Order: sequence, then C-alpha cells, then structure tokens
Amino acid sequence: MTICRPGKGHLMIQFDTVHKRFPNGTTAVHDLSLEMPEGGVTVLVGSSGCGKTTTLRMINRMVDPTSGTIRVGGKDVLQQDAADLRRSIGYVIQQSGLFPHRTVLDNIATVPLLLGWGRKKARARAAELLETVGLAADAGKRYPHQLSGGQQQRVGVARALAADPPVLLMDEPFGAVDPVVRTQLQDELLRLQKELSKTIVFVTHDIDEAVRLGDQIAIFRTGGHLVQCATPAELLAHPADDFVADFLGAERGLKLLSLKSLADLPQGPAPEGGAWTLVLDEARKPLHWASKSSTGTELPVRPLKDTDSLLAALNESIASPTGLVARVDAAGVLTGVSSRDDIHEYAGRAHTEASVAA
Amino acid sequence: MYELFKNLGSWLISGDQWSGSDGIAHRIAEHLEYSLFATLIAAAIALPLGLLIGHTGKGAFLAINLSSFGRALPTVGLVVLVFLISGLSLWSVYVALVVLAVPAIVTNTYAGMSAVDPEVKDAARGQGMRGHQVLFQVEIPLALPLIMTGLRLSLIQVVSTATIAAYVSFGGLGRYVFDGLAQRDLVQVLGGAALVAIVAVVLDLALAGLQRYLFRHRRTAAH
Repeated sequence: MTICRPGKGHLMIQFDTVHKRFPNGTTAVHDLSLEMPEGGVTVLVGSSGCGKTTTLRMINRMVDPTSGTIRVGGKDVLQQDAADLRRSIGYVIQQSGLFPHRTVLDNIATVPLLLGWGRKKARARAAELLETVGLAADAGKRYPHQLSGGQQQRVGVARALAADPPVLLMDEPFGAVDPVVRTQLQDELLRLQKELSKTIVFVTHDIDEAVRLGDQIAIFRTGGHLVQCATPAELLAHPADDFVADFLGAERGLKLLSLKSLADLPQGPAPEGGAWTLVLDEARKPLHWASKSSTGTELPVRPLKDTDSLLAALNESIASPTGLVARVDAAGVLTGVSSRDDIHEYAGRAHTEASVAA
Repeated sequence: MYELFKNLGSWLISGDQWSGSDGIAHRIAEHLEYSLFATLIAAAIALPLGLLIGHTGKGAFLAINLSSFGRALPTVGLVVLVFLISGLSLWSVYVALVVLAVPAIVTNTYAGMSAVDPEVKDAARGQGMRGHQVLFQVEIPLALPLIMTGLRLSLIQVVSTATIAAYVSFGGLGRYVFDGLAQRDLVQVLGGAALVAIVAVVLDLALAGLQRYLFRHRRTAAH
C-alpha cells in the first residue's frame, strides 16, 4: 500500500484505505490511501481502467466506496447529503457536459441557482466568471453548440467555479481539444490557480499534462493500485518501478529539465564577427540570425526569458546555427547569449541536483 | 367527374353550408372539441408513463409492447364495443380515440427521454441537482421536441379518426360522411372527407411551425 503524504500544509482531501468494487466484480480502486493538500493540484494519472476517474468521482459521491473513508475538509463524505456535497465541490468533465438547452450564462449560473441565490445575483456572478475564464461578455447569450470545443471547456470551468467552492474536481477536462488549445487551457488553469488557490484534483492520461499542472502526481496501475505519489521532480528523478518509468517515457530526463528555469544559466555578450550575426532592431530586440558567407540567408531566432525552462534552452541551442541562445528580459530586449556547452553542462548539473534533492 | 368537383367546390364555399348548428363551422368546432379532449386525456395518461420509464429506464419493454397492442386495435371495433357496453354516450368515442392516441405519446416521450445525452445527465447530478431537478430542468426540456412530436402525431391521428363519432350518432365532420352515405349524396361525403383532411393538414403545419419556433436554438431541429 502506498501512502502519499505531502508533508506540509493543511490536508483538504483524505482517502483512508478506500476500496471500490463494482457489482460486476471488477475492482476499480484497491485499498487507496492518499492525501491532498489544501491549495495544491493533485494529478491522478494512469492508463484507462486504472481507477483514476472512479477515485475522483468518489470525492463528490458520484460513486460511493465499498469500504474505507473519504474526508473533504475533515468531514466524512458519506455522512453528508450527496446533492449538498456536490454543490460545494466544483466539477468539470470531459466534453464539458454543458446543458445544450441553456445559454452559456445560465449554464454557469447552475450551482448558484441550486443554492437559491436568485436569478439576478446568479447571472451577475456568471457574467463575472465569463471574464475570469477569458471569454467575451457576449458569449453569455449564446448556446453551447455555438462555441468551439476550447470555449466550451472554459464555460465548464466557469460553471464549476460559480459558487466559489474550495475544491475543484477535473475529469480529463482538456482531453477532447486539439494540442494547441490544450496548452492554452493549461496555461489559463495555472494562471487561475495562482489567483484562486483551489484544491484541485485533476484526472488525465497525459503524463506531460500531469507534469505541467501537478504539485503532486499519483500514478495508478490497472486494477486500481496506486503505484507512486510524489512531486513531478521526485517522480521523474526516482520512478518507483519499471511500470512508472515506462509510463514516464524514455525522455523523462528532458521532462525533468522542463521543470527547471534557466534563470541561473550563465550568459555573456553576443559575439561579433562569426559566421552568423545576431541581428537586432532599434530597441535591441533579436530579429534573426544572418549569415556572413551567403548574404541574404536568415535563420529564425527564438529568444528566451529567464522564466523559460532549461528544456526550451536545450532545444533552442540545437536549433540555433551558432549553438548560442539569445536571452532577453521581460520586455524582449537582449540581455546576452548562452552557449550550447554552457547549457548542456548546466542542464546536466541541474538534473543531478534534482535527482539528489528529490 | 368535372361536375362532381364543381359541385364539391360550391358545397364547400356556399355561405348556407357554413352557418347554423348543421353548418361546417359548428361541425369543425365539434370535431376539434372531440379531438382535443381525447388527446388531452391521452396525454394525461401517456406523458407520466413515458417520463417515468424514460427517467428510470425500467418497464420500457412492457410499455412499448402495450403501445403497439393499442395501435393494432381497430378503432371502429372499439367504438362499437364500448358503445354496446356503455350505451349511447360520447365516452365510447373518447375511449376509442384515447386508446388510439396513447401509443405515439408514450413511445415518443420515452424516445425523447432516452435520447438525452448521459454525459449531460451525469453533469447535472455532478453539479448537485436532485432526481426531480434533473428530470424537470434537464431531461424534460431536452426531450421536449420529441414529446411535442408525439403529441402532434397523436392529435393528427385523432382528428383523422374522430369521424367515427358520427358513426354512433354524434357530431363532428363525420356527420357529412355518414349522412352523405345514407343519403347517397356523394358531394356531401367528399366534402366531409376533404374538410377532415384540410383540418388535419392545417393543424399539423401550424404545430410543426410552432415547434420549429420554440426550438429554434436547438442544434437538431424538431422532428
């Protein structure tokens, strides 16, 4: 039995030897003990049929456990009225599950209306949330099928946030949108989470998504076994067994670098007189690399900020014709360059440190 | 043939024919009264039944089969049967028309309910709706286009069949058909039949238009 203990902070959700066996005899969740800290993102990850969605749905009693106890905010969920409990917990599902016969605004106002806020107050709150999740105000009057998949998911998130619940359950919320939109939605979620500090439980089968979003990641194996639960860095540095290592993939070293920023990576002045020159505009913002030998040949440059990851630096050092990565400040003005050797050296050291620290 | 249609034309538009207790206007009113009342009774029986089996998912097999059985019963036979049992009463007509109307409402209501996306029902429960809230706020509104289709189909079927009221001596547009037959007045028979057809078609178009208007925001148009 694996017990995941976040160590610090209040615990919001606690699973105590929770077992779920369905009437047809299959075991969905096997003696799970798991703790989720307040204000943190816990990602449940694993291949299909591993019990991660069942685990999530037991938190708001969409599924009741066969044995064991689940506490939310210290209170046993089975002691609470299921509908009341669900109104106090935000719930976002795949394909958004929006009500097709209600406008976007009324969809978002669902839980406030169930809580008896009155139509006016509920709609005002819904309008406020449209902005929070990055939708235009006039989207409120439209119907779900008139929106794109990504916009529908935003509405789904707004609906879950409407009554300002402390806990948010998200069941593969970005599973059905294309990769570009998915990345956007992940960024938005991280931005929102910085503002709102909800306790989020997030189910996905995409390990990259888990590494990006999770404060802690719980990996499940078929049969409902929790294999490992750890921070992303810990997980990538020390997978508990071959199953976890396989699940993390062959590039898990690179994924670890995606968690480190390049702020401390040394940089120097841009060299002059080489085979390639870094061309700047008047504001000293990098434009492109220009070739000395064949005039007119230009290669693109992707300048990196200090908040970008070491993985991005490594990638850019390979893509750059000189092996140099242009570094810029928040305004996009060149601050210096870092060499391929420095980056590689620094990345290797960072990886070792992370492995030891984790 | 031409003469017949010319006579039919003047029968339909002559002012005398439209007024009085024997007139077309009165007969149409009677006909609609029988039809609407029968459909209302049928709806009172069939809607709760369809909603119940749709919401619980139980009893569908039995209900659908009973409905088919009701559909297979010959309506005229039923009128005569109830007429023989209950005597000269409008109820014999209503019983027969209700039996005719119930199946389409039950099956369409059930079909509408079972076509509601399970994901949406799941989301409704997940947001904290109780059973009756899921039913009235999500399932019924989403099933409404098909429920209305069932009501419309039944009403049209009842309007077309309500001529049998005249068969057991009551009014309605059937009067012209049965009186015409008795009097060997072909124009009157044709006139009555044409009126029944016109009333049915006009009602059908009007209700279909209403449905299209009510559900104009739905992705799938009303059936």
